[in-house]
Amino acid sequence: MSATSSTATPRWAFLGRFRPANLPDTLFQGVTGLCACVVLLLIGAMFVEMIQNSVLSIQKFGFRFLSESTWDPVAGEFGALPFVYGTLVTSIIALLISVPISIAVATFVTYQAPARLRRPVISLVELLAAIPSVAYGLWGIFVLAPFMRDYVAPVLRDSLGFIPLFQGPSFGVGMLTAGLILAIMVTPIVTAVSRDVLAAVPTHQRDGALALGGTQWESTRVVLSYALPGIVGAVILGLARAVGETMAVTMVIGNRPEISASLFAPGYTMASVIANEFTEATEPLYLHALIEIGVLLFVVSFLVRACAQLLVWYATRGRTLGREG
Amino acid sequence: MSAITRQTARGYRSRKLVDTATRAATALASVFVIVVLVIVLGFMLWKGAGAMNLAFFTELPKPVGEVGGGIANAIVGSLIMLALAAAIAVPLGVLTAIYLSEFGTGWFGWAIRFLTDVLAGIPSIVVGIFAYTLMVIPMRRFSGYAGGVALAIIMLPVVIRTTEEMLRLVPQSLRDGGLALGAPRWRVTIDIVLASSISGIATGVLLAVARAMGETAPLLFTALGSSLWTTSPDRPMASLPVQIYNYSISPYEDWHQKAWAAAFTLVVLILLLNISVRYLTRNKHA
Repeated sequence: MSATSSTATPRWAFLGRFRPANLPDTLFQGVTGLCACVVLLLIGAMFVEMIQNSVLSIQKFGFRFLSESTWDPVAGEFGALPFVYGTLVTSIIALLISVPISIAVATFVTYQAPARLRRPVISLVELLAAIPSVAYGLWGIFVLAPFMRDYVAPVLRDSLGFIPLFQGPSFGVGMLTAGLILAIMVTPIVTAVSRDVLAAVPTHQRDGALALGGTQWESTRVVLSYALPGIVGAVILGLARAVGETMAVTMVIGNRPEISASLFAPGYTMASVIANEFTEATEPLYLHALIEIGVLLFVVSFLVRACAQLLVWYATRGRTLGREG
Repeated sequence: MSAITRQTARGYRSRKLVDTATRAATALASVFVIVVLVIVLGFMLWKGAGAMNLAFFTELPKPVGEVGGGIANAIVGSLIMLALAAAIAVPLGVLTAIYLSEFGTGWFGWAIRFLTDVLAGIPSIVVGIFAYTLMVIPMRRFSGYAGGVALAIIMLPVVIRTTEEMLRLVPQSLRDGGLALGAPRWRVTIDIVLASSISGIATGVLLAVARAMGETAPLLFTALGSSLWTTSPDRPMASLPVQIYNYSISPYEDWHQKAWAAAFTLVVLILLLNISVRYLTRNKHA
């Protein structure tokens, strides 16, 4: 398809493509093009298959599925609200912690770090993304959760206990712990994308601010405000990662389908209920309800992805993003 | 000194102060992130290395209550499913990348690139559900094949994007030279473009394997897991990440030890792959 018809080529030039001598080339392009179609087919098939396998639940509950908070496999009542809530709360905690840190790291390696330190810092932060989710989960269960229960929760309860968020007993596992684990896992992605975005800011933006007598920090602020759309894109990509993250969260969130104000309380997320209950779901309706949650995750990740991609493309002016968590 | 200059001087001092503080803060944030990395890896090393011995790598898991045994079947299972996944994802991904870099300038190429990014961002648990509906329901049983397909879907976007990047690094003049000698497009692509970026493609494949190796969620209800020797992908199959998950949520202290040791093994393998990729590409990204 790359044969862009410029004005100089005659209208009937495309006929030349069918000369026998060009047949192998046409075939080659066709075969590689067909392989490219597989990506399209996969995404289409994913959507169709999952809708087909969640139709019982979709028909029975409709939009009530999103507003009901009863999750009772025995009675056949399924409402996904506790999972949506848990996903939102843990993702928000993760972003609140990781976004400022990620942006700070990105500006550090882009503008402040001595040249010798730049590469090592980037590599080390990227290594965080290489550690598998299940390993974070293991660490979360046996290291982070007891630490939260014994040290962090009492301090928070004593100092901020007047806010309902920090009341009640802590078992170690719970939404706050899950949010913290997510923060660690999201940081490398937000940092990497922010770094790309900052690198794409024209140098004269920063030079101009410095020439006007601005300090390092003031010129960084100029650059950051210029790069804002791209940074927002980076945050949205981080959100997508947090929403879809499964294993580590399943292992430290406590897996209880309840909505409670306290961040210490156990909760449940959309991804973790699927991971935890899928093989137990013997009733067709139960299975379909779980797959419907999968459909929701699919749709959310698609939309979030589309928004973020547009923002980052806009910010980096079409430079392709090769990095992915 | 007039009031204005005094004020400016004070303004300058506070601006300097803010500048120093924020610069220190960004450096501290970087140190903090690296400290977290060291803590996580340190626990893997400390808890994991202590629980390892030869039997851990050569024996089958022991039933509940018996101490000892190993995770040999999970290591073999992981390798078999990764090989299956690579056999599917690598040819498909490389051909797609060839299309994108050599012919993909139009709207179709744009759409495929976008969808590849979408595919990379789909939660791995959703990929697991898809593989379940695609393979497990028709076959009526959990199997290593289903696990391999799930991992292939995880690997595909990684292979496509890294390979495309590598193919784009090949200078256009090399292609032009080949075409000028009268070679057809497909020979130029295979003999010149592919041949000169083969090491780059290999690193893309390594990255994809590293990514798929740690994935647990897509295997939970496709390959399921097993405590037996299974070398036939037609049956439920054990894998390293699923084994870590099952051991770590169990109530047994001995299994927790095993989980740490298995996690240490997995992390070392993945980090080795990542570091070798970094070593291979050290000159490509200045």
